[in-house]
Amino acid sequence: MGVRGLSQLRIAANKYFINIIPDRCKECGLCIAVCPTKVLGRGSERNLRGFRYVVALNPEKCIGCRNCEYNCPDFAIFIEVGAK
Amino acid sequence: MAVAHPLDKYLRTDRIPTMWCPGCGLGIVMGTLLRAVDRRIKEGSLKRENVGFAGGIGCTARMTLYPLFDSAHVIHGRAIPFALAVKIVKPEMKMIVVGGDGDLAAIGGNHILHAIRRNADLLVVMVNNMIYGMTGGQVAPTTPRGLYTTTTPYGNPEREMNMIKLTAALGANYVARGSITHPQLLEQYLYKALGKRGLAFVEVISTCPELFGRHIGFRSPVDLYMEIRKRIVIKAKPSIEESDYSWEKGFVIGEFVDRDEPGFTDTIYEYLNKIRGGGVQ
Ligand SMILES: Cc1ncc(C[n+]2csc(CCOP(=O)(O)OP(=O)(O)O)c2C)c(N)n1
Ligand code: SF4
Ligand code: SF4
Ligand code: SF4
Repeated sequence: MGVRGLSQLRIAANKYFINIIPDRCKECGLCIAVCPTKVLGRGSERNLRGFRYVVALNPEKCIGCRNCEYNCPDFAIFIEVGAK
Repeated sequence: MAVAHPLDKYLRTDRIPTMWCPGCGLGIVMGTLLRAVDRRIKEGSLKRENVGFAGGIGCTARMTLYPLFDSAHVIHGRAIPFALAVKIVKPEMKMIVVGGDGDLAAIGGNHILHAIRRNADLLVVMVNNMIYGMTGGQVAPTTPRGLYTTTTPYGNPEREMNMIKLTAALGANYVARGSITHPQLLEQYLYKALGKRGLAFVEVISTCPELFGRHIGFRSPVDLYMEIRKRIVIKAKPSIEESDYSWEKGFVIGEFVDRDEPGFTDTIYEYLNKIRGGGVQ
């Protein structure tokens, strides 16, 4: 559980964790477009507001550049360093 | 154990998700601004309790609703005089004015002229999404010539207003233009701007997919973002002349002015101390 009871997905990704907060995602696709290694993709599950939130399709390809985090307008995705 | 988003500590999380449309550039501007503030707070050059936000009216000005700092949402175009009043009575404050091109360059145009002339100690962040977003995508003074908007169905016949040239001419201490398509670079400009006395003006080229993108053939947030990114030209030391933009020529981003003249607060306190023989703080 993350913020105020919102669920949070924490995906081990190479040397990082990709954290996704599904109920904040607005399905804009910006994170998918700016990821240099095509880690992220469109999801099929809907969140609280009916948006199909983003998913990590190829987490092992993550290079930790944080482009997704910087370009997400809704604070719905962020990178954590530390997974082995 | 789940860790929170690194910016949650600066957000009124009960108001997130924001009211902004999916993929609107405004969320990127806010995140970037908060990262720059965070850097300043962490290094000790800014105290959290001394940061204040002020905004007028518009989708951009709505930004003042979300940061977990003192903030004020005032009337259209009038955030600058509000913020300056706070700064004069509480000089320890770092006031950040956020507004759209309509709020700051159109209805608030007169206020910004005189704030710059005075070198008022404010950080003014003007988000240029090239239209009036909140009221339905009408043409703005900043709309590039030729573009279709809600109120220019045959293309905008007027010249676009270049706020970089104006702020540089009137003597702001810091003038930069960034873009939401290059948030890491924008963070550097905002970080620098937060450390300046006098007036720091940062224009941010942004996207309104809902009401700007839709009229020019880029309705999806990703398409508009990529289209704008193609039109951004990064320059290390651009000249003021290079700040003129058009849709065809694109938008030069970079730092146009960086000087250190006394700000309005210094000037006014020095003056008061002179006429009263000291003791005014
Ligand atoms: C005195 C006054 N005049 C007009 C309006 C209507 N109005 C609301 S927002 C806006 C323009 C906002 O455009 P901009 O500042 O570019 O912000 P954006 O929504 O694009 O971020 C206008 C004209 C108003 N609220 N108050
Ligand atoms: S950190 Fe970089 S590589 Fe990893 S998912 Fe985000 S954008 Fe892709
Ligand atoms: S950028 Fe943010 S809001 Fe947009 S799809 Fe990605 S996670 Fe969702
Ligand atoms: S109308 Fe435009 S500027 Fe306003 S929130 Fe929607 S996309 Fe953003």
